[in-house]
Amino acid sequence: MSHHVLLVEDETNIIEAIRFLLSREGWQVDTHSNGTDAAEVIRNMKPDIVILDVMLPGKSGFDILEELRAHEQTADLPVLMLTARGQSRDREMAEKAGVSRFMTKPFSNTEVLNAVRDMLYVHRQQS
Amino acid sequence: MTSLNVLIAVCLAYVAFLFGVAFAAERAGVRGRTDWLLRSPLVYTLSLSIYCTAWTFYGAVGNAARSGLEYVTIYLGPSLVIIGWWWILRRLVRIGRSQKVTSVADLISSRYGKSNTLAIVVTVMAVIGVTPYIALQLQSVALSLSIFSSAETGGVMDPDASTAGGFWIAVGLALFTVLFGTRNLNANERHHGVVIAVAVEAVVKLVALLAVGVFVVWGVAGGLSATLERIDASALGTWQTDGSRWATLTLLSATAFLCLPRMFQVMVVENDDERHLQVASWAFPLYLMLMSLFVVPIAVIGLEVLPAGSNPDFFVLSLPLSEGREGLAMLSFLGGFSSATSMVIVATLALSTMVSNHVVMPVFLYLRQGGATQSGDVRNVVILSRRLSILGIIALGYVYFEASGGSGALAAIGLISFAGVAQFLPAMLGGLFWRGATRVGALAGLAIGFTVWMFTMLLPSFGPGAVLSADTFEYGLMGISWLRPQALFGIAGMDPMVHAVFWSLSLNVLGFAVFSLVSFPLPLERLQGAQFVNVFDHSGQARGWHASFAESEDLMIMAQRILGSEEARRLFEGEARGQGMPGHLPEPTPDFLQKLERELAGSVGAATAHAMIGQIVGGSAVSVQDLMAVADESAQMLEYSSQLEAKSLELSDTAAELRRTNDKLTQISLQKDAFLSQISHELRTPMTSIRAFSEILRDTDGLGPMEKIKYASIIHTEAIRLTRLLDDLLDLSVLENGQVTLNRQSGSLADLLDQAIATAQASEARRITIRRRRLEETISLDTDLDRLAQVFINLITNAQKYCASPTPELRIEAARQGETVYIDFLDNGDGIPDDAREVMFEKFSRIGAQDSNGAGLGLAICREIMVRLGGDVTYLDNTGGTAFRVILPQKLALAAQ
Repeated sequence: MSHHVLLVEDETNIIEAIRFLLSREGWQVDTHSNGTDAAEVIRNMKPDIVILDVMLPGKSGFDILEELRAHEQTADLPVLMLTARGQSRDREMAEKAGVSRFMTKPFSNTEVLNAVRDMLYVHRQQS
Repeated sequence: MTSLNVLIAVCLAYVAFLFGVAFAAERAGVRGRTDWLLRSPLVYTLSLSIYCTAWTFYGAVGNAARSGLEYVTIYLGPSLVIIGWWWILRRLVRIGRSQKVTSVADLISSRYGKSNTLAIVVTVMAVIGVTPYIALQLQSVALSLSIFSSAETGGVMDPDASTAGGFWIAVGLALFTVLFGTRNLNANERHHGVVIAVAVEAVVKLVALLAVGVFVVWGVAGGLSATLERIDASALGTWQTDGSRWATLTLLSATAFLCLPRMFQVMVVENDDERHLQVASWAFPLYLMLMSLFVVPIAVIGLEVLPAGSNPDFFVLSLPLSEGREGLAMLSFLGGFSSATSMVIVATLALSTMVSNHVVMPVFLYLRQGGATQSGDVRNVVILSRRLSILGIIALGYVYFEASGGSGALAAIGLISFAGVAQFLPAMLGGLFWRGATRVGALAGLAIGFTVWMFTMLLPSFGPGAVLSADTFEYGLMGISWLRPQALFGIAGMDPMVHAVFWSLSLNVLGFAVFSLVSFPLPLERLQGAQFVNVFDHSGQARGWHASFAESEDLMIMAQRILGSEEARRLFEGEARGQGMPGHLPEPTPDFLQKLERELAGSVGAATAHAMIGQIVGGSAVSVQDLMAVADESAQMLEYSSQLEAKSLELSDTAAELRRTNDKLTQISLQKDAFLSQISHELRTPMTSIRAFSEILRDTDGLGPMEKIKYASIIHTEAIRLTRLLDDLLDLSVLENGQVTLNRQSGSLADLLDQAIATAQASEARRITIRRRRLEETISLDTDLDRLAQVFINLITNAQKYCASPTPELRIEAARQGETVYIDFLDNGDGIPDDAREVMFEKFSRIGAQDSNGAGLGLAICREIMVRLGGDVTYLDNTGGTAFRVILPQKLALAAQ
């Protein structure tokens, strides 16, 4: 069974890399690169997992995450947040907003793969 | 049997007689005739007898019949005060005259810096304290009327008649007081008519009481020895009077004699001559002794002869009635009537002065602020406000009389009043003898004393459940056991009256002393305090040569303090020479005084100068030392306050600067955080791609050659991006820190543009048509050409990247005005949104961040470079596209480096 991941990211090359990694593991990868309507897109696509960048055009990843958590449908959707800002305050803000996993760029490919697998597993266990 | 109507007719006739006397005296006073009778110390002494009200006239006998010799205290206190007149009364009268004091409230307020708050407090307290007393007078007249009517109707008292009597008496008294108390338009003048009427009434009540006494001793008891035997036989002499009660009552009556507003009125305000006190000091005790002479016999015989249950308060009236001596009873009634009316008239007069001066007038003047003020107008208002006050106070007394329904023995009500006004004593005596007494202290003492008096004496007098609940009596206010109204601080077992007087006066004195010690007097208070305490030091002596010499000396000392030693001596010596006087002290002639005042005014201001000279020359109460202290203090305070002001200005400046610096630091810190965050982001983003793809290349088996090439070129591109970013950052850092060394070269603008366009087109894949006007570009430049080229490249590259037109085009237009060169870069794109124009020269600002690879540093660098070159780069509005203008001096000035 194929799992569905939605990658919200605006850097073409990073999109390319993650798409490559996850496709090889059998994931169906969709991407979206604008922050403004990201939450709506996620609700429509109903992915199993979301990978979310912080610095997006239009709306920050934190705001999108809060929006997701506030909505019943996406309240416990697994979200992996990636940021290049690398300040400890960002991790706190992400955790406050209800992130599932948080990673700093540049990331290790293995770590991303493991995180995505774990999140899916934990989510399946819970539901 | 005397009918009630006859009695009323006699009353009216008597009142008409009093009107006549008052009127005659008044007319004599207006004509300015110094009638020997009006100015007689005897009249003064007799007017003091308003101390003996109906309470004394009727109540003394009642008191003796109930409590034995206790009544003596009521006569003892005032006698002690007036015998010791040299000590307190003389001082009071002197101050009252020199300060033109109009009432107790005025006295206390004057002493403490003319504080109107204090005056209002004293006035309110006086009104509350004296109202029951006025009610008591109305009640006694009403009751005595009803005793007559009951004798007439065969022993049945008619309560309606008594109430109606009270009402008409109140109306009559109000009329009399208004007529004679406010006749003079000048409100400060004395009321001769009233004083004479009061003196006549004093004679009537003494004669009446003596007549009843003589009748009882020789007419009823059968002679002096028989009376004495009867007294010995009665239980009255054996009643032990409590020592503490005796002492307290004596103190209280002495205090009341000084503090009661009506006593103050006749004693101080109406005093014509200070020497009258000397006569009064023996004559008034004599009067009191005569008044008390027959109290015991009347009480003893009354208890024996009259049926049990008769009210002993009216033995003076009921004894002659029961013996069928109506004429005597009538005289006795007139005596009581006189006592009551004289008290009400003078008390009301005194209170109305206070109410009008300290409450009504300030309010009126406050409300009138801004309106047209005519002096005659205000005088009428004073008179009107006094008349209204009189009516109001009598009405208040009548209402109290109605409401209390004639309850309680006369003496009890009188004592409550005494204790209430006794609260003025600490502030009053303290003000006369202690210079350290302050307004705050006086206010505190009065407030505390009055509150305690209300709580322990006035309110409990209405009985449990009336104002204070029965629980309060039993368990204390709000259940706090040491707040029981008759056992304050848990000290029970005292006589309630002694208890109330003890606590209210002790706490009053304590509050007065403590708050005076901890508070600082205002300058005016200090001055008034000195005048009051030292009232005898500088007044009263005839001025001779010696005095005027002393005056010059005083003036000299004062002038030295203010003008400085040298200046003052020059002034005085010059004047002395001019007057032909030997030595350095001139005569204090009016001319010289005026001159001196002008000199002083230059230093301390006109008002102060005038006051200071007035104090010394006018010979009024302030000593030179006092004045010097005031001058010294104000100089010190001025200096101190200007120092303080400078300090506080300095402080607030420093604080503002600190605040600014802090704000700036905070802002810088925030900017730094944001900057670091940005840099981190800009560096990590290419690094992410590089790491991800290098891992892919390393870890993935079976990648095709095309994929390998593709991923390797991504790594390459991102590595270049990273390098460029680092270059930009370093560049910017160097530019911003001013560490850049400019490399000055000469060249033409055209060549420089050629070079820049070539570089831009080589680095960016997107093409753009570039239109130039070569002719205009023949401008020679002498500046850092490499840096300028960097700016051009940046602007051209931006146009290449962001110009959204399908046929992108960039026009480059150059112009020179004098030494200044303008180069415009105009494309046919969409332009920059308004809100972004401000920020686009900031670091990391990107517009419509999508598909931009730049870190947003380009324009920031351009601006930094242009500033270094002595020019600028700005955005041009309304060109139909995106347009930048580079401005720079043709020759780089050295200063700009």
